[in-house]
Amino acid sequence: MSDTRTLTEPKERGAASRWLKMLWVDKPAFCAALFLLIVVLCALFGPMLMGDMATRQNLRGRNAPPFDLAQGWAYVLGADALGRPLLARIAVAAQNTIMVAAGAVLGSAVIGCALGLVAGYSRKRAAQWIMRLGDVIMSFPSLLLAVIVLYMLEPSVANIVLVLAITRIPVYLRTTRAEVLEIRERMFVSAARVMGASDRRIVFRHILPVVLPTLVTIATLDFAFVMLAESSLSFLGIGIQAPEITWGLMVSQGRQYLTTAWWLSFWPGLAIILTTLSLNLLSNWLRIALDPAQRWRLEMGGRRNG
Amino acid sequence: MAKHLLEVRDLSVEFHTAAGTVQAVQNVSWHLDRGETLAILGESGSGKSVSASAVMNLIDMPPGRITNGQILLNGQDMLAMGAEQRRRINGAKIAMIFQDPLAHLNPVYSVGWQIAEMVTTHGGSRGRARARALELLRRVGIPEPEAAMFRYPHQFSGGQRQRLMIAMALACKPDILIADEPTTALDVTVQAQVLELLEELQAETGMGILIITHDLGVVAEIADRVVVMNGGRIVETGRAAEVYANPQNAYTRKLIDAAPGKGAMPEERDRSDQPLLRAEGLEKHYGAFHALKGVDLTIMPGETVAVVGESGSGKSTLARAILRLDDPDAGKVLYRGNDLMTMPPRELFGLRRDLQMVFQDPTQSLNPRMTVFQLISEAWVIHRDILPRARWKDRVAELLTKVGLRPEHAARYPHQFSGGQRQRIAIARALAMEPKLIVCDEAVSALDVSIQAQVIQLLDGLRREFGLSYLFIAHDLPVVRDFADRVVVMRQGRVVEEGPVRRIFESPRDPYTQALLAASLDPDPAVQAARRIAREALETIPA
Amino acid sequence: MQSFIGKRALASAVSLVGLVILVFFLSRLTGDPTNLYLPLDATTEMREQFRELHGFNDPLVVQFGRYVGDLVRGDFGDSIRQARPAMEVVLQAFGWTLRLAVITMTLVAIAAVVIGSLAAFRVGGIFDRIATFFSLIGASAPDFWIAIVAIVVFAVNLHWLPTSGTGTALHWVLPVAVLFIRPFGLILQVVRGSMISVLSSAYVKTARAKGVRARPIIFVHALRNAMLPVITVIGDQAAAILNGAVVIETIFGFPGIGKLMIDSILLRDFSVVLAAIMVSALAIFVMNLLIDLAYAALDPRIRY
Repeated sequence: MSDTRTLTEPKERGAASRWLKMLWVDKPAFCAALFLLIVVLCALFGPMLMGDMATRQNLRGRNAPPFDLAQGWAYVLGADALGRPLLARIAVAAQNTIMVAAGAVLGSAVIGCALGLVAGYSRKRAAQWIMRLGDVIMSFPSLLLAVIVLYMLEPSVANIVLVLAITRIPVYLRTTRAEVLEIRERMFVSAARVMGASDRRIVFRHILPVVLPTLVTIATLDFAFVMLAESSLSFLGIGIQAPEITWGLMVSQGRQYLTTAWWLSFWPGLAIILTTLSLNLLSNWLRIALDPAQRWRLEMGGRRNG
Repeated sequence: MAKHLLEVRDLSVEFHTAAGTVQAVQNVSWHLDRGETLAILGESGSGKSVSASAVMNLIDMPPGRITNGQILLNGQDMLAMGAEQRRRINGAKIAMIFQDPLAHLNPVYSVGWQIAEMVTTHGGSRGRARARALELLRRVGIPEPEAAMFRYPHQFSGGQRQRLMIAMALACKPDILIADEPTTALDVTVQAQVLELLEELQAETGMGILIITHDLGVVAEIADRVVVMNGGRIVETGRAAEVYANPQNAYTRKLIDAAPGKGAMPEERDRSDQPLLRAEGLEKHYGAFHALKGVDLTIMPGETVAVVGESGSGKSTLARAILRLDDPDAGKVLYRGNDLMTMPPRELFGLRRDLQMVFQDPTQSLNPRMTVFQLISEAWVIHRDILPRARWKDRVAELLTKVGLRPEHAARYPHQFSGGQRQRIAIARALAMEPKLIVCDEAVSALDVSIQAQVIQLLDGLRREFGLSYLFIAHDLPVVRDFADRVVVMRQGRVVEEGPVRRIFESPRDPYTQALLAASLDPDPAVQAARRIAREALETIPA
Repeated sequence: MQSFIGKRALASAVSLVGLVILVFFLSRLTGDPTNLYLPLDATTEMREQFRELHGFNDPLVVQFGRYVGDLVRGDFGDSIRQARPAMEVVLQAFGWTLRLAVITMTLVAIAAVVIGSLAAFRVGGIFDRIATFFSLIGASAPDFWIAIVAIVVFAVNLHWLPTSGTGTALHWVLPVAVLFIRPFGLILQVVRGSMISVLSSAYVKTARAKGVRARPIIFVHALRNAMLPVITVIGDQAAAILNGAVVIETIFGFPGIGKLMIDSILLRDFSVVLAAIMVSALAIFVMNLLIDLAYAALDPRIRY
């Protein structure tokens, strides 16, 4: 009877190629991943390869308009007021932009998740304190907190990462705790307890793997949020300071030339939009791909049916 | 041909899914007349609800598609009508009630509003609608109907909610009532009351009732005729009593055979040894709710003790207390003479091996992100002395074979299995510990009848093979009849009766046990007719 | 209910006190504002007089004690920059921000709820695709960039709209439109997701079986249930604007509380910063309370 029926199992393949295939099925997510790959490569190798080009001043190329290849391929997006090619500058600025966002997201996710596990699983007083702490951070106006702190501390990369990470901790703390509270009551946790599993095993083997996909999805979205926040800080002049550059700072620097050289602000802004958009798309894809009960949508999607 | 009230002719419906096109039902034909009750009987996946959904225009298209057939209401083909015309029929001419009334009532509107909406939707004035809603609440037996108008679904009990659904369905005096598993989630005594209400209302209004169910007992209780479905096709149809007495189709026969409560009952065992497990005076409070009020229980080695009770009786709390999943407020649990409640953690850890549990819903009791291999071998990760790592693979294969699965299933995830298979995985996981006692908390309640029978057979076989004991928690008496040695009946946190299975079934002493037995539905329509008379005599039991 | 509000108020008050202490001491660590306000050629006596006047010569603890003492008497100190009571300055700015937030969030909520509901009704339809596409872009756009692009296009090139100030209704168009975009994108996605799950719920099936028309199914049966997660996000977004849409207010020269706070921090106008923080904390508290009330009003299962 139906009791002996099972769903057909796709052939065993390497994990990497399976993920690639699932990504390929979702075309927008695939493009997003490709774009993010380029951004990451720029962040890793940009300063090394184009660092010189991005800082060398060129009087003949001052505010050179985009799509003019007379000065060379690097000037395809135009040049800034000192004649520095925008393409190279965007590639170089990717490093600070990505580093700040990645650092802040990673820091807040790890700390928030750890605190959330404790707050959700333990019934001790510590759990209460952690939640109060989260409330306090939540009630701070985050951008203003950043402004105040950065104005008082030196606006270095490390400090910006620190400030942004602290303001984002509650997001992970609350999500993790809410999920843990729910998962803790699930039958499979009871089943593990019946088997005699230790708290550590229950938390790390049974609860964390179920929470993790949600956190990864949120972290992807949050990466976009933090990037925008960093850009806003840079734009307001209290984030990263020149001569260091980030995309937000470039938009801000181009603002005074808006009427004469729109491209100075336009391209770095577009880079920000495309990156956050890609992160949003990828996050939507991850939500499905990381859920074993939903994954078939992507694994089947490649084949045409009916 | 005579015109029927509702007739479905050669209906075929297919659904587009990721796995390809699925034929949900093929060439299904049935009809329903005024004043008659037709039952569609089938297990999950049989397509028993599909034709009713087609009648109500509830099939989403796409992914669904009606490929063939007609649905005639008083001789008019509904499939040829426009959406607006179909909408006017829903509720006014044909009304429907569902399983799980809590989910099917809108949580944010008062029940009075929801019943009245049925009337206003079909052209009645607000004043008339309100009067009708009040009248119906009174008719279906909701206490304090005036106040109940302004209450919300979550403020009623399960049985009352189904009464509310019935009241709503009847608001426009429909000719036909479709009831999709209307009593499945309810306690047996409540189920009997709801079915009785349906029968009374049918007698008053002369409506035709189509009842969709997986339960032969419901068919026996209420149906005039029955349509048996399997794999999207009708395999048998006829008068309910005749089909039961003389099934023509092999599947129908199998279904009738699988119905619990007919086999020989085990003989009484000798209980003079040292008990395997003994609970004494267990007490548990959840806030103001007193879940366990001094419960005693004894399980002998190799014995199956069934704990039977309705929701709120404390039976699951008892199971969790015995395994120390929830520590009881007072009382002792002696395992081979040692008290689990006062035992140091290290010793308790060792004893975990001996005491295992199989949960009601295997979908939830198996971690969705672990493979079958990881699920089963987790026992040996936690208790390292059971089995050396080198032998895990072989042992998993062996256990899977033992519970009727295949060794290659080890690499799969739980969601790739059917409900019955998942429960087998859960049993294999429990066996991996080589336990002495397995607590089964409603372990077969969520399964189809034929699969229920298979799983019980499996458990019974394992008991013989390994000399296991079971504590078998259930809400339904017939399920435990062929399987348990002893039955403990619980009600509101107390044991009301306890004894060998034969004694309980043949001469129940406590009025509650008697009511429970009288209310549980027998698959035989003849037996059911006799029980109805017995039940009427017992109508008034003190709460 | 009352005890619920009380508990909430207490929790908010505790974190506000923490915040005020933190900001008070941290901000004084940034240094002495004297040199920012007096001309370069001011004499030492003048500087000393300035410090004496504003109490910067006393130890920090004494300054804090004096500040708390004044607070108890309802005195929030004076603005150094504007030589007016700090609270007066802050309330004026807050009035502008409040208007901006109310106008923007009303538009956002209406647009996102209506469009999101309709998109969810036919998932995968052309309307749904367009709505999803624009909401994704909207949710990804950095507002400062949208703002300057909008200025270039509508103010500089087309001369349709003024770039800054609050004089006429036209002045409000650009700030509101730019502020609209991100919350709209975010909330639309939440509405759509929530509606999709509610529309496939059992009680919507019941409503269809009752013969209820499509429009009441969406806007009566489904929407009220789908609004619960939406309200939370609307609240978060409204809070973000109330806290000061710093970037937008700066770019459009909008005299709101965000711009005031930034300016005050940069010019070390301590009393104004502290008063602004207290006012926006109170505003957020009131708004969260309204959201909780909305929850209870929408869902009878929620009672405090």
